[in-house]
Parts: sequence; C-alpha cells; structure tokens
Amino acid sequence: MLTRFFLMGLDRKAGLVLTVLALLAVLVPVMTLVVPEGSPWHLSIFSVSLLGKYLCFALLALALDLVWGYVGILSLGHAAFFALGGYAMGMYLMRQIGPRGVYGNPILPDFMVFLNWKELPWYWLGFDHFAFAALMVLVVPGALAFAFGWFAFRSRVTGVYLSIITQALTFALLLAFFRNDMGFGGNNGLTDFKEILGYDIQAPGTRVGLFLATVAALALSYMIASGIIASKLGKVLVAIRDTESRVRFLGYDTESYKLFAWTLSACMAGVAGALYVPQVGIINPSEFAPASSIEAVIWVAVGGRGTLAGAILGAVLVNFGKSYFTGALPELWLFALGGLFVLVTLFLPKGLLGLWAQLTARLPSGKGKRVPNGKTADQKGM
Amino acid sequence: MSAEDTLLYLDGVSVSFDGFRALNNLSLTMMPGEMRAIIGPNGAGKTTMMDVITGKTRPDHGTILFEGETDLTKLREAGIANLGIGRKFQRPTVFEPHTVWDNLELALKAPRRPLNTLTYAIGRDDRTRIEEILDITRLSPKRDRLAGSLSHGEKQWLEIGMLLAQDPKLLLVDEPVAGMTDAETEQTARLLCDIAGKHSVIVVEHDMSFVRALGVKVTVLAEGSVLAEGSLDSVSANQQVIDVYLGR
Repeated sequence: MLTRFFLMGLDRKAGLVLTVLALLAVLVPVMTLVVPEGSPWHLSIFSVSLLGKYLCFALLALALDLVWGYVGILSLGHAAFFALGGYAMGMYLMRQIGPRGVYGNPILPDFMVFLNWKELPWYWLGFDHFAFAALMVLVVPGALAFAFGWFAFRSRVTGVYLSIITQALTFALLLAFFRNDMGFGGNNGLTDFKEILGYDIQAPGTRVGLFLATVAALALSYMIASGIIASKLGKVLVAIRDTESRVRFLGYDTESYKLFAWTLSACMAGVAGALYVPQVGIINPSEFAPASSIEAVIWVAVGGRGTLAGAILGAVLVNFGKSYFTGALPELWLFALGGLFVLVTLFLPKGLLGLWAQLTARLPSGKGKRVPNGKTADQKGM
Repeated sequence: MSAEDTLLYLDGVSVSFDGFRALNNLSLTMMPGEMRAIIGPNGAGKTTMMDVITGKTRPDHGTILFEGETDLTKLREAGIANLGIGRKFQRPTVFEPHTVWDNLELALKAPRRPLNTLTYAIGRDDRTRIEEILDITRLSPKRDRLAGSLSHGEKQWLEIGMLLAQDPKLLLVDEPVAGMTDAETEQTARLLCDIAGKHSVIVVEHDMSFVRALGVKVTVLAEGSVLAEGSLDSVSANQQVIDVYLGR
C-alpha cells in the first residue's frame, strides 16, 4: 500500500526533483571530501552548510506550499513550527555539551548555571537522548498545530483572519522565548554545540552527513506531499481550497481534512528546523519573528504556489539572492525582497514554474514543432 | 400528521436574520419517494429552507426530522450529507480544477474520512457506477475535461451527476434550469423524473413550464411560510397565489 502511495505521486516533475536531489547527494560529498582543496571543483565546508541551510528552507517552503497552495490556508506563522523543531534539536545538542561548557556543569547548560538554577527543568528531561529529541521535533510542532487548527478550523476561521492569528501565534512565541525564565536561553538562544550523535559538529564529515540528511528529509517529504496531492485526499484538499462549503455538502468533514494537512505541514516544518540548527550552529528567538514566516511565503510565491517543486526552487533562489545581496549590498536586500514580492504578485501569479509552463507552451519546441495554443498537460494541473 | 412515516418533516420552523423573518412558522412534509416542486416569489424563503435542512443555517425555532427520527437541527453539514441528503446549488458549483471524472469520484458514495480517501483506490464497482452516471448525464465524451471548462448547462448536469453519485435518499435541487436553453431544460426535466423513481426530490424553480413538465405536487412559499399546496393547476387557480406570485 505504501509503495502504491509513493508511486502515485511520481510524475515527470517529481522525477526531475528527485533526480536533482540525488545528484546533489552524490556531487556535494565528492566535491567536498574527495576533490582536493586547490581544485576549482572543490566545495568548501562553508558552502556545504550554506546549501544545507537553503534546503532546510526549501523543506519549510514545501510544508507551507502544502497548506497554502493546495488547501488555501495562508499561514503567516509557519516559521514558528520551524523554530520549535529547531529548539527541540537545540536542546538535544545543549545536553550533548555535558561538562565541556564554560561552567563545566555536567547536567545544566551554561545559561542555566548563569541564572543560578540548581536543577534541570522538567521539560528538559529526556533531551539527552537523540531518539526522544527526534520524536519531539515532530510532536511539539505537530501538537501545537493540531491544537491551534482544532480551534481555528472548528470555529471556521478562514482567509485573512486565519492568517492574522497565525501571525499572532508566532509573535506570542517570539515574546515567550525571549524571556530568560522560560528556560530556553532567552535572547541568546541555544548555541556552542559540540557534538551530534557523538560526532564533532564542526568536522567536515559531520557537515556532509547533515547535508545528506537534509537532502533525504526533503526528498522524503516531497514524495509524501506529492503522494498526498495525487491521492483522492489531495483532490478533496484542492476542492476545499476552492469551494469549501460544497465539499461539506458532499459529506466530507472539511475541518478534519484541513487539520490533517495543517498538522502534517507543521511536522515537516519542524523537521526542517531541526536540520537547520546543527548546520548553522545556533537557534534563538529571532526565528519566531513574523518576518521569517512572511519570507517563507515569498519563497513559495516566487517559485509558484501549488506546485511543490516551485516552493523548493523559490526557497533556494531567493535565499541564494539573499546571501549574495546581504554580502554585496546589505542595505538593499529588503528593498529587493519587497520588490520581488510585488513583481511576482503583479506579473507572475503562478511564480517561476508558471512562467516556465507558459513559455514552453508558447515557444516552438525542439524541432520547430509548435505546441498547439491551448492547454498543455502542465497547465491543466494548475 | 405524525412524523413517523415521513422522509422529511418540518414543523413550525422559523429563522430570522437581523429582524427579517426569512422563514416564518414553516411546516412541510415529504414522503419517501416523493418529488415536490417549490415555487414562490423572491425572498419567499426557498433557499433559506434548503439551508436549514442541510445544516447551513440553524433555525431559531421548530423541528426538522429526517426519516421520522433524526433531528437535523443538531447536526453539521457533513453529518447531514452523510445521512443521505444531497444538495445542488442555484449557481452550479463543481470543482473546477478537477476533471469531470474526478468530480464524480469525489461525490461517489464512499467512506469520507481522511484516512479512507488517502488510501482510496478505485474499484470495478465504483468505475462502473461513474461510467453509468457519465452516460445518464451525457458527459461521457468529456470525462477527462476540467470541470471549469464545461458550459453552464454541462456544469448543471455534472452537479446533478454528482448528486446521483452521492446516492442520497433526498435531493434538494435549487433552480436546476436557470440559464439553460429550452432543449436543455426539457432534458433536465426528464433527467430529474428518472431520478425521482429511486430518490425523493425537492426542486425549487422559477420556470413554470419546467414545473409543468415535472408534473408533480407543488408547494407555494410566500414570506417564509406555505401559502398553498397541490397540483400546479389547483395552485395556479388559487387567488392568493395569483396575488403574491403568478399575477405579477
């Protein structure tokens, strides 16, 4: 049954995405670990972590596209689930530091010693085990999304009102995590990690391993998402996006469908955050900032909403642009980002992938054969 | 009349919106297998009546029983639909980004929970049933077209087809021939009469020739309650009906 589910989502586009990811999984380790440092084909460890970071954002964008593109829930708070997954991983990494911290306390992380705490708070228990932390990476964002969605969808909060309360959710978490007595390191967050699963977190091998884990998580999530979209459940979701009341009158409990997609999406975002933290080496409350969630929406819009592959493309391209701009012209980045959003909204309602579909439909293809004017199979899907 | 043998039983149903009484002490019964046409001027409460039956609007007062025992006022839309009450909207509402086939597949009677649909694989029975409905609604050649690309009349039929796929005990049909050509109207009347054999149907319609073509018992609504009931000829002769509706 599971194979059938995954096969269902495998179309040409999915094949392309998975091929690119597979290529990355082969090329990046070889270029980093095998190719000698002097060669122009050598990839620095810094670049590997940067790429890994982009792919974490791509996973967040994919999660967002699942609910925004296919169910019509515009979440302006998805970075909250990302950050919660990140904190769960950060807590594991903090406990791995052990007595190597500045204060040398074998149990308490430095910031707790600094605050004069004598005991580990109950909610930090268990995080010294990787398996428990990995479970929490899914459970904490998932449970929050479930509870939030339960109330919001039952009360039939939709559209812009829902977007606003998702924004409020992430802002509330931002304020909460800033507080020192919450026990999550306050303003500074969690950092100075040493080891993950016993491996030195700075070592090139570990970095490449983390990158590969990110590629795997993205590929798996993509397959889950496209399998869902291709299933009858996916058709119900799209129907809910366009005419929710009609779906209700067909006898579908639309709230439970939205809750399913929403919770799954939050879990994916949590995984993205958990993979992000060891690669950037820090998690702090700024990840909860409303702007982070809005940026994720821009990635999806740029790549093409409701296309899955577009979300991945958009996240990678926009973040690549961000890395370049903030290095070259730091003061212009926010203007560029804002301008990009305006341009995409005005001229590319279907994002880059939509543009691509338009161009391939209009331009003469390969051997001078014209694709008939009208709908191509690609456009039909959107 | 006792509620026991009825399929649908409305007693003293009232609904107000901001002081406007959309339904005023409305009482109506439907027997199993019956087909009924509802007519009335704009604002008579026809659509509101469908809304309270299907759970879209909660009545302020009154009883609504399905099959003599299930209290519809306590249920939500999806629950009511799953009891076997299907609804066709005035404006054709089909799932435009999906194909004709997928529209019918979504409507087809089947378990409705997310896990059921996630693991759903179409079987031979379902396939046969969808093909039957495609034939009945004359949409077979367009099965792979997107519903959004259908003409107005075809969308109406697709929606009726979706109702058939749901296989409800009671169908509520709101203005099925609005915007249709005469030929389409006639075909639609025939289609509904075919359906009426196996299901109970309530049709709300403005088009008098269509109601005549159906040839069924007529209920006239005015200002939220029943003004007259009987054959089309007898209600047409009713002076009150002529005053509020037909005579205008």
